[in-house]
Amino acid sequence: MEKLKYALFTGCTAKQSTPEQMMSTMAVADKLGIELVELTEASCCGASHLQDYDDFLSLVLNARNIAYAEKHSLTMVTICNTCQLNTAMTKHRLDNNADLKAKVNEKLAEVGLEYKGTSQVTHFLYAIIDDFGLDKIKEMVVTPLSQFNIAPFYGCHNIRPSELQNETHKSAENAYRPTSLDDLIIACGGANVDYEEKTKCCGFHAELQAPHTASTLTGKAIAGAMDGNADWMVTPCPLCHLKLDTQTAHASEAIGREVSLPVLHMQQMLGLALGCPQESLGLKHHLTKVDFV
Amino acid sequence: MSTHTITTQKVNFKVFRFNADEDYLPYYEDYNMEVTSEEVVLDILNRIKWDHDGSFSYRRSCRHGICGACAIKVNGRSTLACKESMNDMVDIFGSDLVIEPLSIKRAVKDMIIDKGDFWDKHDAIHPYLISDVEEHPEHEHLVTPEEAEELNEADLCIQCGACHYACPVVEINDDFFGPAAFAKAYRFEADVRDDAHVERLNELHEEKQGLWDCVKCMECAEVCPKDVDPIEKITKLHNMLFKEGVATSNVATRHAVGFKHSIARNGVLDEGGLVLYSEGPGIVKHIPVALKMFTKGKIVPPWGITKSDNLDEIKKLVKSSSTAKF
Repeated sequence: MEKLKYALFTGCTAKQSTPEQMMSTMAVADKLGIELVELTEASCCGASHLQDYDDFLSLVLNARNIAYAEKHSLTMVTICNTCQLNTAMTKHRLDNNADLKAKVNEKLAEVGLEYKGTSQVTHFLYAIIDDFGLDKIKEMVVTPLSQFNIAPFYGCHNIRPSELQNETHKSAENAYRPTSLDDLIIACGGANVDYEEKTKCCGFHAELQAPHTASTLTGKAIAGAMDGNADWMVTPCPLCHLKLDTQTAHASEAIGREVSLPVLHMQQMLGLALGCPQESLGLKHHLTKVDFV
Repeated sequence: MSTHTITTQKVNFKVFRFNADEDYLPYYEDYNMEVTSEEVVLDILNRIKWDHDGSFSYRRSCRHGICGACAIKVNGRSTLACKESMNDMVDIFGSDLVIEPLSIKRAVKDMIIDKGDFWDKHDAIHPYLISDVEEHPEHEHLVTPEEAEELNEADLCIQCGACHYACPVVEINDDFFGPAAFAKAYRFEADVRDDAHVERLNELHEEKQGLWDCVKCMECAEVCPKDVDPIEKITKLHNMLFKEGVATSNVATRHAVGFKHSIARNGVLDEGGLVLYSEGPGIVKHIPVALKMFTKGKIVPPWGITKSDNLDEIKKLVKSSSTAKF
């Protein structure tokens, strides 16, 4: 197989509040022999909040990010669900609206760039599943996670709206019964926990504006995984990770029940199974202690 | 000529049963049926009533996806029973299907719920044109195709409640208007004949009930049987708040605007700076968690942030492409 190579859009979180995600992404990519070219020119995607204020500006900025992936002639890989949604949404809107694309390109021309629509945008989870292949992952597992019940937490912006998300997936993911993360858990040798909240919202985007709602959602998510007898949770989204890992006190208070589980980034789980050195996975950066390694 | 084969398969239905007048608690009844590939979910509800238990209750009327009466949940997914093919349901969920009303806590009898909260919210956003119409106008009020286009799909809503009862915020916060009411509000906000833009927006952005409490889970976009895309309308209403000068300075508006400032300065976010800008003095409540995060290496000080390369491009674009003011 030809060596896989992608343009990596890290997003902001991986460089600040979830450094462990950045570390484990690079460790896993290295282990799998995937080359990631970091788009150091990229800006923030707006995280759905800039979109509320200035939709056009967010389109221009996201188009600029994609334009840099196009310059490398590479598929853009994201490692944050919200980056994925905002970037893929921008691509979808520009590719389907010539007028809008022209308006955006008029702005990009001021800085000598052009959005062409030639690069795909996909989340690292789907790059691994669609391009690398889970069968190959299975072969490479050196430490099967067979003693663990692992609760997948998908994160809204990787699975909804499914019509948009499935534009780039090789096999369609159903928003109500997704399988990608479950399949990755199984490939790593773990037992996947089925629970109602696995496709639900963690509340991240309303954390400041509606703290009670946000904390209740976080609490319900962790409680669902606990009731499903999970040993820990795993997520492809650093924003979900922040909620589930750092906000357990507020979440417990909101739902009137002590909730807490270790939460791993999908890259960390994969890294453990593939035998990446522990220190390369950044497990010590978690607030909820990862006590099983 | 193509041939079309009708296939059948066995499906186990677990059906929610409850009569508020008689039952203390709801229960589930099992029905095992042969289902054909031609049937929709409503056919199954009909067969339960006609073939098994005449007391089984549900709402139905048009059977054509127009009246919005028959929305229920299948395996937790809001669905318009008359539009949803049984084949698709089995494809997604397998042959064990759970049939429930849109909201269990609002159940009155079996699939029938008290939809009062939905209608109250619908009423609250003034879902009608507010305009001083001359009694004897000289000519009709012309709306250009471009202006009509602005309503987008918002006009297609059939008030089935699928999105409302799929919204996790509605479930938690009784005051929240919910996606259907917002989409309906947008339909009139975007109508050039309406004269109450600002008044309606003033109510739409109030804390707890309003737009800023949306968690952006995209459930409403996923579930809508008429492709109204409520979350897109919510974003457009957010944009209108700033455009019409209705937005006031609060944690939500500062949070949205703060992204622009942060991007203009660093390209990437300054996460800590953004929370500080959004919260103002309210930042104190975040200090306990922030301290813990700091000790775990999760907080980068402003001077430690790696700015985007070619930052001058970003600064230039933020200046030239901004369309909103605050």
